[in-house]
Amino acid sequence: MAMVARWFAEGRAMSRKWIVWLPFVLGLALFAAFWAGLRNPSDHVIASGMVGQSLPEFAAGPAMPGQPGAATADFRDGKPRLLNVFASWCVPCVQEVPMLLRLKAQGAEIVGVAVHDSTPDLARFLAENGNPYARIGLDEAGRAQIALGSAGVPETFVVDGTGRIIYQHIGVVTEEDMPKLLAMLVPGK
Amino acid sequence: MTRLFALWLAALLALSPALAAAQDYAEVALSAPAQEAQAVRLMDTIRCVVCQGQPISGSNADIAGDMRRLIRERIAAGDRPEEVRSFLVSKYGDWVSFKPQVRPATMPLWLVPLIALIGGAWLVGRRLRRKGN
Repeated sequence: MAMVARWFAEGRAMSRKWIVWLPFVLGLALFAAFWAGLRNPSDHVIASGMVGQSLPEFAAGPAMPGQPGAATADFRDGKPRLLNVFASWCVPCVQEVPMLLRLKAQGAEIVGVAVHDSTPDLARFLAENGNPYARIGLDEAGRAQIALGSAGVPETFVVDGTGRIIYQHIGVVTEEDMPKLLAMLVPGK
Repeated sequence: MTRLFALWLAALLALSPALAAAQDYAEVALSAPAQEAQAVRLMDTIRCVVCQGQPISGSNADIAGDMRRLIRERIAAGDRPEEVRSFLVSKYGDWVSFKPQVRPATMPLWLVPLIALIGGAWLVGRRLRRKGN
């Protein structure tokens, strides 16, 4: 016991005074960091790791009668396309349909992948909001979504004419995104 | 009578929703216990990309179910769990895995405790040596 006490006394004599405060300061810093972390829970945006790579293999069967489905093979004919991951049950997806319709009117081709959806629900969604899609694939089990590295709906990818993903937009497409998307999709605009 | 019972049983089985969902590996365990254990261990360390504090094993989000299905299918097909983890990391980045990958950028995770241990040992050693003198 006495030995331990002497050891501590020696230690105190050796160390400079500020050393004593170091654990306290470190503890305070940790506390502040935890407190800040709890006050602002992170809302991490998960970007796809597939951007810059060629479009992964996927095939989603036709969602609507009279409209083809979506598959990787459709993207290799030299024409850039917009690949829009959406769903009829997704509320913010309604907001971006007017933007997509405008892109279509300017000559862009839009391919839809409808996640966890059904043909009747989609029919209602398209009737209410309009149909900007040249093709819609029904991705019932989310296989195409995972292949694309998409974490939610809506998400929008630009695929260039060689079948490479060159851009990912997470969330609703808004007015500000239009010039950038148009430049990538319709050369000369 | 037994024949009637067998018929009734067959009809019941055919209508059973559990049977209809038997192939949906989002919710149904693999029949091989060792493979299922591997799959569940992996699911516990993959983050749900929607409800980000949860692993996909404990999440009700659709995409978490999709990932559980994908993991069970690939494990059943003979893939090693770390291959499936790498696949998911290639799609969603390091954030999707609760288990950090070993690479230059993550080396401090392993090196810092080692450096702290060596530093601590050095400090204690120095003090003991002075005490000895």
